[in-house]
Amino acid sequence: MSLTNKVKNSLNWLIGGAQGSGVDSAANIFSRACAEGGLQVFGKREYYSNIKGEHSYFTVRISEREIRSHVDEISMLVSFDAETLLRHAGSVVKGGGIVYDSELVDVKIGEVPTLDDAFRDRLVGLLEGEGKPLTVQGILDYASDNDVSLFSIPYFQLLEEFSTKAEDHSLSKLSRMVNVMSLSSSMALLGFPFETLGSAIRYIFRSKPKIAELNVMAANYAYEYARTHHDASGLAFSLTTKKPLPDVILVQGNQSSALGKLTAGCKFQTYYPITPASDDSEFLEANAIVPQAEGKDGSILVLQTEDEIAAITMAIGGALTGARSATATSGPGFSLMTEALGWAGMNEVPIVVSLYQRTGPATGLPTRHEQGDLLFATKAGHGEFPRIVFASGDIEESYYDTIKVFNFAEKFQMPVIHLLDKAIANSITTCKIFDQQRILIDRGLLMENVSDISPDLGHASHYRRFKLIRDNKNKNGNNNSDANYLISPRVLLGTENGIFWNTGDEHTEEGHITEDPEIRTAMMDKRMDKLRIAIEQIRDEDKATLYGIDEPDSLTVISWGSTKGAILDAMDRLIDEGKKIRFVQLRLLNPFPIERVRTLIGDHKQLVDIEMNYSSQLGLLISENIGISMDHLIVKYNGRPISSSEVYNALVRIILREAPRRIILKHGA
Amino acid sequence: MALKLSDYKTEVHNDWCPGCGDFGILNAIQMALSEMGIQKHRAVIFSGIGCSGKTPHFINTYGIHTLHGRVLPFSQGAKLCNPELEVIAVGGDGDGLGIGAGHFVSAGRRNVDMLYIIFNNGVYGLTKGQASPTLKLGLKTKSLPLPNSNNSVNPLALAAVSGFTFIARGYSYDVRHLKDLIKQGIAHKGLAYLDVLQPCPTYNDINTREWYQGSDNLDPETGKQIPRTYKLEGAGYDGIVHLEDEADSKMSNAILKSYEWGKKIPIGIFYQNEMVPTYEERIASKIPDYVKDPPSSQRVSLTDGRSNSDISNLLDILRVSS
Repeated sequence: MSLTNKVKNSLNWLIGGAQGSGVDSAANIFSRACAEGGLQVFGKREYYSNIKGEHSYFTVRISEREIRSHVDEISMLVSFDAETLLRHAGSVVKGGGIVYDSELVDVKIGEVPTLDDAFRDRLVGLLEGEGKPLTVQGILDYASDNDVSLFSIPYFQLLEEFSTKAEDHSLSKLSRMVNVMSLSSSMALLGFPFETLGSAIRYIFRSKPKIAELNVMAANYAYEYARTHHDASGLAFSLTTKKPLPDVILVQGNQSSALGKLTAGCKFQTYYPITPASDDSEFLEANAIVPQAEGKDGSILVLQTEDEIAAITMAIGGALTGARSATATSGPGFSLMTEALGWAGMNEVPIVVSLYQRTGPATGLPTRHEQGDLLFATKAGHGEFPRIVFASGDIEESYYDTIKVFNFAEKFQMPVIHLLDKAIANSITTCKIFDQQRILIDRGLLMENVSDISPDLGHASHYRRFKLIRDNKNKNGNNNSDANYLISPRVLLGTENGIFWNTGDEHTEEGHITEDPEIRTAMMDKRMDKLRIAIEQIRDEDKATLYGIDEPDSLTVISWGSTKGAILDAMDRLIDEGKKIRFVQLRLLNPFPIERVRTLIGDHKQLVDIEMNYSSQLGLLISENIGISMDHLIVKYNGRPISSSEVYNALVRIILREAPRRIILKHGA
Repeated sequence: MALKLSDYKTEVHNDWCPGCGDFGILNAIQMALSEMGIQKHRAVIFSGIGCSGKTPHFINTYGIHTLHGRVLPFSQGAKLCNPELEVIAVGGDGDGLGIGAGHFVSAGRRNVDMLYIIFNNGVYGLTKGQASPTLKLGLKTKSLPLPNSNNSVNPLALAAVSGFTFIARGYSYDVRHLKDLIKQGIAHKGLAYLDVLQPCPTYNDINTREWYQGSDNLDPETGKQIPRTYKLEGAGYDGIVHLEDEADSKMSNAILKSYEWGKKIPIGIFYQNEMVPTYEERIASKIPDYVKDPPSSQRVSLTDGRSNSDISNLLDILRVSS
C-alpha cells in the first residue's frame, strides 16, 4: 500500500501497560500533541481496581471532524509489556500497526499472572484454533496474518544507547521513560511531526522542566530509531497536523463538572473518597482559590468527611448558611446518603449531589462503567419528596449543566442529583473553550433581608420559612387541591428577624413539629407542587434534546447520559449512508417531562432505547409516565462503555429487521 | 435592647415527661445565651433525634432538628460555612454515641469551634427505654426485658482520645452549675463536649434523681444522704492545659477521672486545651481569606447574573489553541 492511499488523520490509537507504568501520561501526551496539531480528540481510560500492576489501557480516537465517542477497532496498538499485546493485538484492524518490545516475543501466555483466567482461556482457544504458539509471538502472528504491520522496538538497547548519549547512567530511572518512547515510536511511524510531540511532552511535564527535557530527548531518540529502522508503507493510517480551530481546549471529564462548580459559585464541597467521583473534589481542592470578577479572591472549601452520610449532611448544613453546597459520590456512597436526601427534600434545602455512576450493585466493578442508578436516583429515600434528577450527556455539556443544576436547586429549593458516570469522568476530549457567561446564575427566592420579602409572599414582621402561599392565578395544577402553592422565600441562618426552625418531622409554617392532618396535606402539596413549577420553568431544550433527521418515518433512538456520543457518532454514519434516524436525549429525568417527551416521540413508530444497564431503566420510566413501550432495547452491562461501533452495528440490525427486541452488547477489554 | 431570659423561649408546647432532666438542660442553655447576650439570630441550635432532639423547638433562636445520629456533621457544615454563627449541637447518648459514634470521633479530630451537649440518661427514651451506649453492663432498667449485655462507652474518655479540646460534665438538676459549664463551653476556642447526666424518670429507674442525690448512699454516722455528684473545681482538680508540655498528663488525668463512678461522680471541667488549632484556623492556613470571607458571605453572581468567579486561568491551562 503506498503512502498516498493512507487514511489521514482518522484513527483509533491504544496504549496499554501495567497500572503505574505511565500509560496515562503517554496517552495524555498523545492527546495533547494531536489536539495542538489541530485534530479532534476523544480518549477514554480503562483500569482495574488496583494501585500497581494490573492492566490499564487508554484509547484515543483522532479525527479531523467532530468525534464524541470511542470505537472498538484499533488502528494503532502501542505497547511496552506483554499483557497489552495478549489482550489487544487481536483487535487491531487490517492495515493497522503494532508497536512492541522485541524482547517480549517469547513470553508465554501462562507467564502473565494478571490475565484473568476467563480471558486466558479465550485467548488460548483462539490461538490453538489458529494453530499459533501460546506466546506473544503467537498473537503477533495472528495479527500479521490479518495484514497488521508489526514494528518491534528494542527498548532496552535504545535505553542503553540513550543512557550513554545523555550521560545519565541511571537505567532504572531512564526505563520509566519507556512509555514515552513507545508513544514516540508510534508517532514516527504515523508520520506525525516531532516538534508538536515535543511541545506536548513539555506541557505534560510542565511542573518538572528537567524531566520534561529528558523525556523529549528520549522520545526523539526512539522517534528517529522507528523512522529509520522501519518501513511504514504497509500501515494504512497517517497523522499530520493542520491549522487548529480557534479557542479549543482539551479537557477531562473529571475536570468539567468541577470547573462548572467554580463558575456556579459552589463554595462548599464535601466528599468521602470513592472511584470515580473523588477526582472532582480533588480538582476543586487543588484549585480552592478562585479569582473573582469583583477583583479579590474567592474560594471553595473542600472537606473530606468520615463517610458519605457526613458528606451530605455537612453540605446541607452549609447550604442553610447560603453557601452553594455540593457533594460528589458514586453509587455506594449515594446509597448511604438517601436518608439525608429526604431531609433536604423535607426542609426544602438546595443541595447538589454529583452522582458519578459506576458498575453496581454493592461494590460491583468499582472502576468500571454503568448507568445503573437512574431509577434509584429518581426514587431514592423513604417517603415522598421532590427532587430534580438531571443527566449530562458528555464532558462539554457537564460544565454547563453543573451551573444549571445549582440554579435548579436554589430556584426550586430542593436537592438535585446530577447524574454523571465513569465513562464521562475518565474520558478526555477536545471542545470549544467553556463560555463562562452562557448560563446566568439564578438563586431563586433567596432573601438577604427579611424586609425584602414582598407582602404577598409573607409578612415581614413574622417570617415563616414554610409559608403556605396559594397561587390563585394558577388553578390548572395536578394536585387536585383548590389552588397551587408558590415557593416560599428562603432566608439564611444568621439573618436578623428571620428565625426559623427545620425538622425532619412534618412541620408548621414556622418549621415546628406537627402531626395535624390538614397541615400535613398542605405541606405535602406545597413541597410536591414545586415539581410542577420546575416542569413549567425548565426550558424544553433542557428537558430533552432532539438530534438527527426528524421525519415521520425516521427511526427514533431514545437514551440519556453518556451514551450520547456513541449514538451521535453512529447516527452520523447511518445518515451518511442515507438512513433516516433521530435521537431523543433525555436530560431532565425527574420530574419526568411527560409533555416534552410525548411531543418528541409524537407518532413515531420505531422506538429504540439504548442504555448501559440491564433493565432499560429509562424505558421503564417512559412506560411508567407515558404508557409507551419501546420496540427495541439495546443494553450493555459488562462494565465497559458503549462504543459507536456497537451502536452502529445494533442499529443496522434493527434497520434490516434482523434484530431481536432486546440486544445485549458485550464488547470490551 | 438587653435580652431577657424570656426572649429565648418559644411558645411551643413542651411534651417532655413531667420531671424529665431535659428541662434543666433547656433552662441552662437559655440562661447561658441570655447571660452571654448572644443575639437570637446569631445562634443556631442543632439537634439529633429523640426527646433531646426537640430542644431547638423550645428555644427562640434558629433551630435545626436533624436526623438520628447526624447532628455533628449538619452543625459542623453550617459553622464552617458561616463561622460567625454561635453553634450549639445537642442530642441524646444513643444519638451521639450509638448511631452517631463515627461522627463523634471525627468531629474531635477536626476541633471546629462549637459546643456539643449530650443529654445522657442511659436509655432510648422516645422508643420506650431500650439500653443506650452509656448504660452499664448488666443493668436492667424497668424498661428492659433482660439485663443489658453491652459494656458502656465512656463519653468523656472517648471525647479526650478523639481530640475534643474542652471536656466537661454537668448534672441536669444543678442548673446554675450546668449553665456556667455551657457558658464556658461556648466561650471555649475549639470543640467543646459537655456530658449532662440527665435522669429519665419514665424508663431509667436506676440512675434516678434520688439515686444521684444519694438515697441509697447514706453517711454511716449521720444517716444522711450523700449526693453522688461533686464539683471538680471544689476538689482541687485543674484540667486546664496552661503549658503545651502538660497536655498529655492533663489528658491522662482527665481520662482517669472520667472513670470515677458509683458513690462519687465528678462534674465540672475535666480537660481544656486552647492551644490546639481549630479547624477554622487550619482552613485559614490554606485559604487566607477564609475568616474574612467565609463560604456563606461570598458573592456568587454579579448584579446582571453573570458569575462572579473567573476560571480563565484554569481554562487557559487546558487550551490547545488561541
